[in-house]
Amino acid sequence: MKTIRIGSGAGYSGDRLEPAIELAEKGGIQYLCFECLAERTIALAQQAKTRDRTNGFDSLMAYRWKSILPIARRNGIRIITNMGAANTAEAVKQTIGIARHLGLKGLKVAGVYGDDVLQTIQGGDYRIMETGAEVKSIRDRLLSANAYLGAGPVVEALGLGADVVITGRISDPALFISPLVHEFGWSMDDWHRLGQATLVGHLLECGGQLCGGYFMEPGRKAVPAPARLGFPLAEVAADGSALFTKVSGSGGTISPATCTEQLLYELCDPSAYLTPDVVADFSHVTFRQDGPNRVRAAGATGRQRPGSLKVSLGYLDSFLGEGQISYAGPGAVERGRLALGIVRERLEIIGLRALEARYDLIGVDALHGPALGHEGAYEVRARVVVRTASIAEAVRVGNEVETLYTNGPAGGAGVSKQAREIVGMVSTLLPRELVTPNVVCEVA
Amino acid sequence: MKLHDIAHCRTGDKGNTSNISVIVYDPADYSRLRDWLTPERVKGYFASIVHGQVRRFELPQLGAMNFVLDDALGGGVTRTLSLDMHGKSLGSALLNMELPWS
Repeated sequence: MKTIRIGSGAGYSGDRLEPAIELAEKGGIQYLCFECLAERTIALAQQAKTRDRTNGFDSLMAYRWKSILPIARRNGIRIITNMGAANTAEAVKQTIGIARHLGLKGLKVAGVYGDDVLQTIQGGDYRIMETGAEVKSIRDRLLSANAYLGAGPVVEALGLGADVVITGRISDPALFISPLVHEFGWSMDDWHRLGQATLVGHLLECGGQLCGGYFMEPGRKAVPAPARLGFPLAEVAADGSALFTKVSGSGGTISPATCTEQLLYELCDPSAYLTPDVVADFSHVTFRQDGPNRVRAAGATGRQRPGSLKVSLGYLDSFLGEGQISYAGPGAVERGRLALGIVRERLEIIGLRALEARYDLIGVDALHGPALGHEGAYEVRARVVVRTASIAEAVRVGNEVETLYTNGPAGGAGVSKQAREIVGMVSTLLPRELVTPNVVCEVA
Repeated sequence: MKLHDIAHCRTGDKGNTSNISVIVYDPADYSRLRDWLTPERVKGYFASIVHGQVRRFELPQLGAMNFVLDDALGGGVTRTLSLDMHGKSLGSALLNMELPWS
């Protein structure tokens, strides 16, 4: 029976490159997918593009291509990625340039467009899912609006013979669903197979997290050779059944335990995982160990896809000012608390308008608050962070922490400070028929 | 005995919602843990952090439960003031919960 092997080349935009090279060289894969576009990344990319028309796509793309493209050409591997971010056209152009420079004449590179729906959103009446407020309420601060596309346009690109497919906003599983639909000729309303393909995509999209990353714990959950953690691949059959494994000899581990953790990662109701392609049902999924670092997954199903597409909206939210300073030795906790109290009073004295503020003692209560944290530590780090309406006020916050060096408790050490603009993200829903994806294929 | 002694977990985020999977090492522990670790108990445990509802989804064939915690991340990863922007350490807090049996 025909099977397709798909590898996961990245779990996020800044991920390691060697595991992707290892998969391309030794994984026996036909497809390598790079998921590199977090929700906010596209809004930041849009800002970068506004400043410079040749920017706005993944900053590590060229670095990845120089290693990956020659191996992919040699081994007949096709690549699918959302590294186009807010500027897929430029990403395609630069990929063509890199391919020519590497002597990869004839490489076909496709761009998937149509996810940018800013004009549509600005011209209609839509509500913010998270708050119920009208999108118009943030209209003058809106930076970007990108619809989550489904697998359709990527399947089309593969049908055109593309060796590399570059997209902007697309659902993460769609990167992995598309080669399966293309290879097996599944119908786009074959809900159960699309559900199983969504499971494949969901388990692969976070790279090392299926292989012991975000999992390992000394003495309890052992993971061998973690510094050489392999990335996962799936071997999928025409009926949608899937085996998950990794390159022999790579670090890490794949087990029903790692798979179960990843199955539920970032999931709400396991019986209703909404994607642009299908409503997948993972509630009856099972995992079976089938040899070392080999796990078979079964039981995912699906039902008709939603009528609307989710749209991510990026907007200018506020500014954030932060300062940190450390204390150690006897009385460290007390001096840290004194430092926080001084800064709190200082911000009142200078009349800083705080929209929201936090005063944390890292090492004691910063992560979970006083109710779940506990007193007593050899060293602590006092952290003050304030939301402000201007960058100038945000800068004042870190400066006030810094003045503790010469004006604060004994032994204040290692100040760090930062002030930055906050781009917030919210969502809305757009009727599917208002989004028109299109594909353009170019040759190096 | 702590939850950490019988289960492992992974924490994810979507907007201002956190989800924590709880997975038992030994399937024999599943049913009594399900009886004890109710959504109400988890909500109470995280009272100072989680301001919305807590829902629980069960996957007995995997020895797993998925807890979904609304309004738990100070506005979500993009705008929260929290050191742990994604709330990734919340599962570790849950594993520190004392269980009533030895």
